[in-house]
Formats: sequence, C-alpha cells, structure tokens
Amino acid sequence: MSNALLLNDKSRGSKPGYAPSVDESDLHTEHMVLNMGPSHPATHGTTKFILKLEGETVADVDIHIGYLHRGFEKMCESGTWAQVLPYTDRLNYSSPLCNNVGYVLAVEKLLGIEVPDRAKYIRALVCEMSRITDHFTAIGAGALELGGYTPFLYGVQAREMFYELVEELTGARLTTAFTRIGGVKHDLTSDFWEHVDAVLPEVERLMIDVDKLLTNNRIFYDRMVDVGTISQDDAISYGFTGICLRSTGVGYDVRKDYPYLIYDRLDFDVPVGHRGDNYDRYLCRVEEIRQSIRMMKQIREQMEPGPIAVDDWGVVLPPKDAVYNSIEAMIAHFKLIMEGVKVPRGEVYSYTEAGNGELGFYLVSDGSGRPYRLRIRPPCFALMSGLKKMIVGKLLADIVPTYDTINMIGGENDR
Amino acid sequence: MLELILLSVAKVMGIVMVFVMAVAALLTWIERKQSALIQNRVGPNRASVAGLRLGGIFHLAADAVKMLTKEDFDPETDNPLMFRLAPFLAVVPVMLLFAVIPFGPGEHFLISNVGVGALFILAVSSLGVYGSTIGAWASNNNFAMLGSIRTTAQMISYEVSMGLNLVGIFMIYESVNLQDIVIEQGSLIWGWLPAWGIVLQPLAFILFMTASIAETKRAPFDLPEGESEIVGYFVEFSSMRFGLLALSEFIGIVAVGATAAVLFLGGWQIPWVQGTGGWLTVAQVGAMILKTLFVVWLQMAIRWTLPRFRYDQLMRLGWQYLLPLSLLNIFITGVVLMFVEQGRI
Repeated sequence: MSNALLLNDKSRGSKPGYAPSVDESDLHTEHMVLNMGPSHPATHGTTKFILKLEGETVADVDIHIGYLHRGFEKMCESGTWAQVLPYTDRLNYSSPLCNNVGYVLAVEKLLGIEVPDRAKYIRALVCEMSRITDHFTAIGAGALELGGYTPFLYGVQAREMFYELVEELTGARLTTAFTRIGGVKHDLTSDFWEHVDAVLPEVERLMIDVDKLLTNNRIFYDRMVDVGTISQDDAISYGFTGICLRSTGVGYDVRKDYPYLIYDRLDFDVPVGHRGDNYDRYLCRVEEIRQSIRMMKQIREQMEPGPIAVDDWGVVLPPKDAVYNSIEAMIAHFKLIMEGVKVPRGEVYSYTEAGNGELGFYLVSDGSGRPYRLRIRPPCFALMSGLKKMIVGKLLADIVPTYDTINMIGGENDR
Repeated sequence: MLELILLSVAKVMGIVMVFVMAVAALLTWIERKQSALIQNRVGPNRASVAGLRLGGIFHLAADAVKMLTKEDFDPETDNPLMFRLAPFLAVVPVMLLFAVIPFGPGEHFLISNVGVGALFILAVSSLGVYGSTIGAWASNNNFAMLGSIRTTAQMISYEVSMGLNLVGIFMIYESVNLQDIVIEQGSLIWGWLPAWGIVLQPLAFILFMTASIAETKRAPFDLPEGESEIVGYFVEFSSMRFGLLALSEFIGIVAVGATAAVLFLGGWQIPWVQGTGGWLTVAQVGAMILKTLFVVWLQMAIRWTLPRFRYDQLMRLGWQYLLPLSLLNIFITGVVLMFVEQGRI
C-alpha cells in the first residue's frame, strides 16, 4: 500500500500487469526553494542565496551580490586623487588601513616617488594591525555562526584593543584615512609603543581562550573540517588569493612574493593549509595573527626616527607655518587643495596583501588632478565566484561557516 | 474531599506558580547575567525602579511588559487555530512535569504521588514536541518548517536514549515512583558513600544530561532554533506567543534540573543526614532547590561554551553513540546487580 501511495500519476495510469517499482525516479519530489537573505542573520554584508534544497542538502544555489553597491569607482572620478582616500576606508571595513595603504601605493607608483623609510614602517605597522582586526572579526563571526557566542566576544574584545590603538594613531576606529600620497598623516604618538606593550599580553590571553574554546573542540572541528572545501586547481582558476588560496596549500602572499614597503626586511612565515577547507582557513587566520604580532615587534626594533613624508610640495601639503609665511608654500597649498596632485598620464596596477587577499588598484590618469578611471580588484569578488562550488552538495548549515571563512565584505565586494 | 482539592490547589500554586515560574522568569535574567560574566561583559543593567537597578533584575518585568504589548502578528496561514494553539501545546507539558516531582519529604511538597512518576515524566516530556512541530508547521514558512523537521527528528531520537538511561536507575532502586527513588537514595553504601544515582550510574547521568539538553533544544543542540542558519521554528511567532515558547524552554531547563536532581543527585536528601521533620524538612527542601539550580547552572555553562552540532552529526550522536551506550549501561547494571544478589560483591 505504501508503494502505491508514493507513486505519481504517470505510473498509476500504466497498463495492467505492470509491476510498479519504487524507483527513485518515479517518486514525485520537488526541491524546496528557500530565500536566504539579503536580510538574514548569516548573510552579513548583504548577500542573497536562493537555495534549492533536498531536505537540508543544497542541490543548487544562486548567489546574488551587489546589495551594497555605492558606485564607488565612479565616485572616485569626481574628486582629486587625495579625496579618494576616505572612500577607501569603506572598502573592507574590517581592515580600512590596508585599503588606505594599498591606494596610496598605487598613486605613488604612478607618480614614481619613494616615501621615506619611517613612513614605510608606519604603513606596514598599521597594515598589520588592520590585518589582525580583520582576522579577529572573521574568526569571531565564524564561531558566532556556529553557535559559539563566547569565542566571538573574546575575539571582538581582542579586536577592540587593536581598534583603540588604531584610534590613538588615526583618531578614528573605522574612518581612518591615515595615509597620504607621499607619506602618512602624522607620526606615531609618543606613548604608542607603551600602549602596545600593555595590549599584547591581554590579546595573547584572549587568543589562548579562543584557542581552547575552538581549535580542539570536537564539535567545532567536525563542523569545520571537510566543509567548504575547494581544490588547489579550482582555487587558482577562480582567482583566489589570500587565506582562501593559502588554505589549499599555495603559499602565495604578496608580502613575500612581491614585497612592498619594508616587508623584505621583516622575518615572518606564511602559514599554508593542505585541505582547503574551513578548518584550514581558521588555522591560517589564527597563525597570521601571531605572525602579524611578530612583525609589529620587529617593526618597533627596526624603526628609526626620520621624516614621515616626502619633501615635495607638489605631492604633500607644506607645513602650516610655511604656508602662512612664504608665498611659495601658499601657492603649493592652494594648488594641491584646488587641483590635486598632478599625477602624470598613464596607467598602473598596484597590488598589496589585504586582510582577505590581493587587493589591487588599477589607476588611469589623464594628467589632471583627478583620477580618469579607478578600478579595484577586491579579493572577495573572486572568492564569491567560487562560493557556489564550495557549498553545493553540502548541508544548509554548512553554508554559514563557509560563507564566513571566505570573509566576504560587502563594502569591497559590491563597491 | 474538599480538603484534598484545596490542598492540591495550594500545592500547584506553591510549586508551579511560585517556584517554577519564578525560577523560569529569573532564568531569563540569570542567563544574560551568567553569559555576561563568562564573556567579560556587564550584562543588562538599565531597567530601574525608583532609581534602583539591583543588577538589572527589573529586566524581568520590562521583558514581560514588552512581550505583552508587542503587536500580535498573524502570518498568512491555513491553520490559524493550530498556530494559536502551538504555544500552549509547548508550555503545558513542561509545566505538567512538576506534578510528580518531589521537592521534599512527605506528601506536602509533592503535587501528586504517582506510582509511575518516572514514566509520567518521560511520557509528558515527549508531548512537548507537538508544540514546536505544529506551531512551525502552521507558520507557513520554509525556515520554520525546516526547524519543525529538525525538532521532530531530534526529540524523537533523543527520547529513546533518555528513557533507556533511566532503566538503570529503575533496576537499582526497584521502583519508578520518584519519591521512593529519592528515599532509596538516602541510604549509604559501605557506611559512608551516599547511594545517589550519580554514584551508582555515572555513565547514565552523563548520557541523561546530554539527552535532556537535546530535549530542551538548547545549545549545543539548538538546531531547531539555529539562529544563524534557519532563524528558528518560532520565526513567525511574536508578542506573548513567542514569549510562551521561550518561557516553555526556560521551564524545560528547570524541569531537567529537577528531574536530574531527583533521579541522580539524591533529590531532597542531604548526605549523611537521616530522618525528617521540623527544620530538617526545610533544609531538605532547600537542598532540593539548590541541586535543581546547580543542574540549571550546569546547562547554562554548557550552553555558553559549546558551538552547535550539525543535523547529521546530531543524528549520529543520538543513534550511534548515545543509544548503544545506554544499552551497554543497562547490561552492565544488570550484570552487577546479579552479582550483588548472589552475594559475590
């Protein structure tokens, strides 16, 4: 009787004598379509997953991005080169300083100028601090989405300590706009390193707590291992960079392979995974936080007093007392503010290692003070294109940690 | 007859309304404060009465007022009756559980001395599944439906091992009457070791706690809620209907605490203290309440420490680990009892 109930109309109307079978293809099943997002607790950064579910298994998924599109690239064309900088804060809002540095490096590459050593060290320092906040966000949110609210708050607490350092340096937690074309906004505060000394042991303690709660936790391990897996070949062909690529075993890191700033003078390791799954991405992030702290300590030792910006009034604003007391400085100030830095005609692609991977800026200049075209290569965009491959065939619950470990940030993905 | 009815009503009011409801309501505050302590936070402390904050305890009242005054939203559903019925179906079984739990010696701290008290607990707690399942089904929402499927699968799976875990207790104390079980637990083994369930059945205690937490749908077994995945089986419920569903969860925590205390932690027995009466009875009721609160605290600490299981992992844990271990526990208990009866131990 149960067989007959399960059969669909087609086989019921077949000729007499036909022995009905309970072949899977005879069963009338439909996929359940589930709209996950754009307003859903797990789709932070606003993404929409249109899921086709078989029970809880994801049969197919359609990923919609673009809910955070602000017309960033077009906006940049309407300001001077310097006025673009505050916009870059809002790209990857977990690590705004990395974007600041990436952008000014691109403009300087087109200008063909080299900033003083101290400015390079300060930039590297803020980059690493930002990388730490970025990774803490990703680890914490990952735990949160697996139901571990406590590790999330520990991670956020550690992140907060770095935000306070960032605030001390730049005056803001997120809207930093700290770098300048040709240097940085200002030098480190006099007691900056004392504050770092106070913060690092606390962060270390919190990291041990998070580690105890997550790394060897059987439930966390089972939820992360072999979930969201992507092969090395797929990762390369999708254009993955950063943690997601390194988790598959490719040790590509812009800081090591194409060193910029002073990364060739620092001694650090690039952690790589071998499975390409969520757990490897988690471990890589934890290790990168440690490496970044290690780099901060080296930067402190290597840094020497000196100028923090190039001495060129065509690029950097002259000091205020010069502006008020000399006509040359006054003119330079006026022209920089009104017309912007005169970047020579040409185009350039410059890339740095941001929190999520390779952050590229492609600039075209027509010789005026404004960008003719500014294009960003956000690391998340490539990751989002590979996401479908990582979640189809897995369970609904696996979308959540996978989406988290690729750490899609709407600001830079949708621009 | 009238006296009996009045006495019963008084006991119901005393145990369910005063103790259980108060503890369940307090739990909403305790949970926030305990999690705040675990997570280096302050926790809720804004609500105040006449300038007094008392650590935010007035959030209880604020919550109740909020729940009662929020818009009572009805989703478009074909089963409005079922939808409205669901919160009651959820809250009534968990409150019924307290009918058979002895909070102290004698007749006065026990609403009804049912001969098959332990079985009553198993039967009634399994009714709890209907509230969440029917409510989620009637919500006409895909997220809620996923939650309802998860609830059903989870509660049915874990009920089996929960029941089997108690068989060892029944075998040892040779009763399914909860008061008898508590009285039996007052004796001492070798003259110094209290014969509590947790001493004689340590494995069963761990398995029972695991299965019970799964029954109350709390982390790490909060898949039906799974707030970051499917938002929860109660996604369409608002206002006090949501409040009732949440309250039933909290009452469930107290019920698990009380059941575990009665079956495994000696109930109202104070170790090495025999007899009842007078102030001793008061102390024993206090001991029972303390034990209940200890198990409640344990559940909270677990909830704020562990991440959530996945659906398939949950099923595997239930059927492949808990169930065989429960059966093994019964077998071992049987063998040991046989040796004890033959006088070899």
